Amino acid sequence: MTVVVWVCGVLLVAGALLSVIRIEKGPSMLDRTVGLDIVVLTIIAALGLYAAAYRRADVVPILVALSLVGFVGSVTIARFAAVEPEGEGRVLTREEIAAREAELRAQEEATDDERGVPDEHHGGGAEGEVR
Amino acid sequence: MTADDWNRVADVASVVCLLGGSLLAFAAGVGVLRFPDLLARMHAGTKPQVLGLVLVLVGLGLRLRDGGAVWALVLVAVFQMLTAPVAAHMVGRAGYRTGKIDSRTLEVDELTRDLSAAQEAQRRRRA
Repeated sequence: MTVVVWVCGVLLVAGALLSVIRIEKGPSMLDRTVGLDIVVLTIIAALGLYAAAYRRADVVPILVALSLVGFVGSVTIARFAAVEPEGEGRVLTREEIAAREAELRAQEEATDDERGVPDEHHGGGAEGEVR
Repeated sequence: MTADDWNRVADVASVVCLLGGSLLAFAAGVGVLRFPDLLARMHAGTKPQVLGLVLVLVGLGLRLRDGGAVWALVLVAVFQMLTAPVAAHMVGRAGYRTGKIDSRTLEVDELTRDLSAAQEAQRRRRA
């Protein structure tokens, strides 16, 4: 029994890891949803394996709850799925974030120089203020 | 055969079922990573959803051999069979609407056919 439990556990963990890689890769939210569904299913199977290995009937209600709510996530995401621009659905790398920040800062400085109001972002002076 | 023998038979059968269920879960992981588009990945994802889960639950039931627990396991299987099609339908339709599905790869495309028929009917009603 112990050997079989280990073999099953390794198979389940490997399957879950592969679908986590798919969740990381994307490319769209719906692909990630499918990956998440498989992770939930693997968790249910792993709990079943645990209950079988130790003969624990008290784990069964957790299986009932998980099988009831497991589909809520994918239905919700599918409901709000929208057309995503190409290349949008991924985590930016450090360099890309730095480049975007630098661009924003350059833009800000350019507008500041034009108007000559350095503290524009703090709201500036009140209108009709007596100086 | 004595009760002890029957217990051993049940344990062996449960081990076989658990192994089968875990294999299907692993196959789903491989498929969802390697298949090229959304529909193919959904196809891989459904492997553990019904057959894999039912195998694991049968294995668990054979191992627990307790009336109340077995009925709860039947409940799990029924819930899963009710909710899996809902989720798959929603994901597939959302994929169709957001252009994730290449109609050239489809053998049968009933949704496109029905949608164009509905549009045609609407146009005729307006005219």
